[in-house]
Amino acid sequence: MASFSTSEFKSGLKVLVDHDPCSIIENEFVKPGKGQAFNRVKFRNLKTGRVMERTFKSGDSLEAADVLEVPLQYLYHDGEHYHFMNEQTFEQYVADDKSVGDARNWLKEQDVCTITLWNGQPLMVTPPNFVNLTVTQTDPGVRGDTASGASKPATMETGAVIKVPLFIDEGEVLKIDTRTGEYVSRVKE
Amino acid sequence: MSSEASWRPAATCEVLRLRAAMLAAARRFFLKRGVMEVDTPVLSAATASDVHIASLQTNISLDGPKPVYLQPSPESAMKRLLAAGSGPIFQFARAFRDAEAGPMHNPEFLLLEWYRPGFDLGALINEVAALVAVLMKPKIPVEQLSYREAFISYAGIDPYTASIEAIAELCRRSGFRGALDDRSAGLDILLTRLVQPALSPGCVFLYHFPADQAALAKVRPGNPPLAERFELFLDGIEIANGYQELIDAREQRIRIEADLARRRERGLPVVPADIRLLQALEHGLPECAGVALGFDRLVGLKAGVEDIRRVMAFPVDRA
Repeated sequence: MASFSTSEFKSGLKVLVDHDPCSIIENEFVKPGKGQAFNRVKFRNLKTGRVMERTFKSGDSLEAADVLEVPLQYLYHDGEHYHFMNEQTFEQYVADDKSVGDARNWLKEQDVCTITLWNGQPLMVTPPNFVNLTVTQTDPGVRGDTASGASKPATMETGAVIKVPLFIDEGEVLKIDTRTGEYVSRVKE
Repeated sequence: MSSEASWRPAATCEVLRLRAAMLAAARRFFLKRGVMEVDTPVLSAATASDVHIASLQTNISLDGPKPVYLQPSPESAMKRLLAAGSGPIFQFARAFRDAEAGPMHNPEFLLLEWYRPGFDLGALINEVAALVAVLMKPKIPVEQLSYREAFISYAGIDPYTASIEAIAELCRRSGFRGALDDRSAGLDILLTRLVQPALSPGCVFLYHFPADQAALAKVRPGNPPLAERFELFLDGIEIANGYQELIDAREQRIRIEADLARRRERGLPVVPADIRLLQALEHGLPECAGVALGFDRLVGLKAGVEDIRRVMAFPVDRA
């Protein structure tokens, strides 16, 4: 496996730190006037999402992390695992609850998600920025009220509960921003 | 760096004016105290042997190519002047260190270095504090702290008695990953990770470093032996490094040889021994104390700029 020396560290580089795949955020050169040169490096741990700081001697190397981001189609949930497929090669991938995380709220069959693979295994699932989902349950709509700004909860086909305007009815398809979990608009069929 | 055109200076004209005013004030400070300004060459046949300093090298054509080094500090040349009887001297020197770049480093930078025959370390510390007060603000708080006290207070270990294993473990807990070359590398990590961030605001003079970090300072025998060296931290940032200067030519030769041996061991460029410095010491260097101060960092602190490349007209990526 390739490795990178501290002088090659730059933002976005994927390396192994304490055996975990990490993405470099920041790399700072530190040196006492009469001493050893170091690099103080900030990382995001791609497994936990946590940001951490480590110090290395300048010139030391870290192993590259075999991390790859690929678009994969979501197929189905078998009750335990989530199944994805590469539309070009038809190769299938199985992701567990941990790597899917909050993305589970927005996974709709046949949607294409970005999957971060580490050594070929799904590490993180990022849903599309916008998804169209059907409302499966909400209180009856209030006609004419399109401007008051009041909202009510609605359950979507994926099980996610979001806030929607009062005029929304069951069976309607809504556009949702997955980064904020917010209602964007109705989708005309 | 940003996308702005790279022909432009990195510092604003306002910061450059502040820099000029500080240069002028420092010159007045030394003029009043009878310290003579000197200027010594940037290019020299020898350079520092310190394994942690990487010198830039070039060639000049004089009866064929002759290797010369861009000086990482004017120390050697200034000591030769002292040995020749110059009396107290100061210099604003362009200094060069390869592979040092970051918010606190630029490969080419400005050192304010001065030497005081007859001064001891305490007298020089007082003079540095007086200069900083003139350049920064009149009533700046000043604290003196021994290296040992600082480590006990802020890192929770005694730098002289702690085992190398205990030092390595503390380095690890502070986020260091890798192998320590030696004890002083471990102490350097703890200094930058634990001690420096905990220092009081204002001037903190850390003094009496471990003997293996003496560099060109005298070592006071004892248990443990202590390097007569100090460092000034201003608001936690390393600003200056001073010595009770080593004047013993024999000891100086031993240290250079030891550095060169370590360079060979580690596969670093083996630089020529500084013969002329040794000759000057053999002739006789007066008892003196000397200090080098990173002028760009001082300007950065005064200007409230966190990246020293923004107090330089043209840092390396625009030079």
